[in-house]
Amino acid sequence: MTDTPVEKARPVRVQNPSRLKTFWASDFAYAFRRSPVAMVSFAVVMLLVLAALFAPFIAPFDPFDPGSLNLMNGFTAPGTPNAFTGDSFWLGTDDQGRDVFSTILYGMRISLFVGFAAVLFAMALGITLGLIAGYVGGWTETLIMRVADVQLTFPSILVAMLIFGVAKGVTPVEYRDQMAIWVLIVAIGLSDWVQFARVVRGATLVEKNKEYVQAAKLIGRSSPAIMMRHILPNVLSPVLVIATISLALAIIAEATLSFLGVGAPPTQPSLGTLIRIGQGFLFSGEWWILFFPSITLLALALSVNLLGDWLRDALNPKLR
Amino acid sequence: MLAYIIRRVFQSIIVLLVVGLVAFSMFTFVGDPIDNMLGQERTQADIDRLRTQLGLDRPFIVQYWKFLENAVQGNFGISYRQGRPVSAIIAERAPATLELALVSGLFAMILGIGLGVFTAIRKNGIASNLIMTLSLVGVSLPTFLIGILLIYVFSVELDLLPSFGRGETVMIGNWSTGFLTKSGLTALILPAITLGLYQMTLIMRLVRSEMLEVLRQDYIRFARARGLRERAVNFRHALKNTLVPVITVTGLQLGSIIAFAIITETVFQWPGVGLLFINAIQFVDIPVMAAYLMLISVMFVAINLVVDLLYFAIDPRLRIDGRHA
Repeated sequence: MTDTPVEKARPVRVQNPSRLKTFWASDFAYAFRRSPVAMVSFAVVMLLVLAALFAPFIAPFDPFDPGSLNLMNGFTAPGTPNAFTGDSFWLGTDDQGRDVFSTILYGMRISLFVGFAAVLFAMALGITLGLIAGYVGGWTETLIMRVADVQLTFPSILVAMLIFGVAKGVTPVEYRDQMAIWVLIVAIGLSDWVQFARVVRGATLVEKNKEYVQAAKLIGRSSPAIMMRHILPNVLSPVLVIATISLALAIIAEATLSFLGVGAPPTQPSLGTLIRIGQGFLFSGEWWILFFPSITLLALALSVNLLGDWLRDALNPKLR
Repeated sequence: MLAYIIRRVFQSIIVLLVVGLVAFSMFTFVGDPIDNMLGQERTQADIDRLRTQLGLDRPFIVQYWKFLENAVQGNFGISYRQGRPVSAIIAERAPATLELALVSGLFAMILGIGLGVFTAIRKNGIASNLIMTLSLVGVSLPTFLIGILLIYVFSVELDLLPSFGRGETVMIGNWSTGFLTKSGLTALILPAITLGLYQMTLIMRLVRSEMLEVLRQDYIRFARARGLRERAVNFRHALKNTLVPVITVTGLQLGSIIAFAIITETVFQWPGVGLLFINAIQFVDIPVMAAYLMLISVMFVAINLVVDLLYFAIDPRLRIDGRHA
């Protein structure tokens, strides 16, 4: 018998890969790296969001500071110096001499803020009602889903318009302009919760019969805790997809309402308000007042939309 | 079947009652109508007298009943802004909206079905790929930007078509129509395309996917094997079987067309009900808002009811499973 040398077991050092690396290697990140559409639209969205966030630092002028305005600068064409003052503006100026580039940056802030806030509101409302409907069941479920069904038969832009109209009527005249942005958020949010509620309810119905929920019940956790801590994390991924698509819809809804003159007030112009103003100069040849805000809105809505489409495919290949 | 219909009608009535409650509470929440009607120099006696005269001292539920009674008879009171009966204003504006909706609905249906069949038959052609890509961009474009774009191209640059208004109209009884004059017809083109474009892409995509589904089936292969002409196979055999979902979706979209008319009418300053509603919101003209709310709800509820019942009539499977709602 010969002794075979037994190799001493050396402790193998397993380097845990960093979070970033794990993420980079995941299927999700791989799908992202493989899709040029996703990368481009993500880049555009990030660029616009950052531009909106840092608007006070990027914008060459503060369009809401009357001191910096010079009426003589009105209607300056892009890139060419004004005939009276010699000032030059990258994207031109509007009728009151406001720099179009700066108004777009500030307008985008309002548009994005309203869009994000409205989607968050719709999401919170929809998730809560969907969880309750799915978990509690009974007549609560019937009531919630019946309301959802009825609301779904009306186009959401119409619902938002009606809510905005009613809310505007209810607020006292002196607060109307101040409150307009918040009213807008509530109106768009309320018009958009149904999708979230339906998806969350459907997923909850599946999840609540699984063993981990029964285990949680068995150890005596309360129903709200089971809903929020146990079921909610498991139903979130379809919610993320709907949230992205809703964001594009909310941005367009906000722009539409503001364009119609029933949204953001003239003191806080959003992209829709700017397009509304620009439309007035369509026939007199000052195309830039209309063109640049429209292109910005289009880029924003389109890239968020494409990102949402991609997210849907990436998170759920079954849906293809 | 009968039980289903009764339950469905009952549901619709409840929905309308709730919408009516919302419309009615707008009146009570937004200011005191007495303040609007009496001037600066009023006495408490005047206020009390008018309050009793208008029935505002009676209980909420009685007032609500009175409101419903009036609403059913088409009486929505007097516009705060124009000082005329709301029903008269709406009757005057309705033809403009209905004509616009009719033309854009036809446009959406004819072009949508045509392009849908085309893109399904030439599945991999360059033209159909181009159409499908364009339709994706079209869905992402907000309606008002499409309108502005059309105005820019056809009114500002080419100077071919009018950019606002209805042109000349002819009165037939109480109905003002733009169908009979040349300027009325040219004024219709741009708004109708703007309004119908979204529905058109929707119908087109639906027809395309249904067609692709049907074209795979055995009876189509059999029809080909029988030596039928390509056109007969595509239109007489395939298209016919895709039309059931198309008709129901188109029916449901009818309501959306009226609702989206608000946007189109604002872009083109089209003197219809939608523009009236937007102006009513801007000036907080409650009677007009309430009337529009009620009208559009009745329309939506009616369309949904009809489409639901239509499904029931078309698809025999639903009749066995009576619990479908």
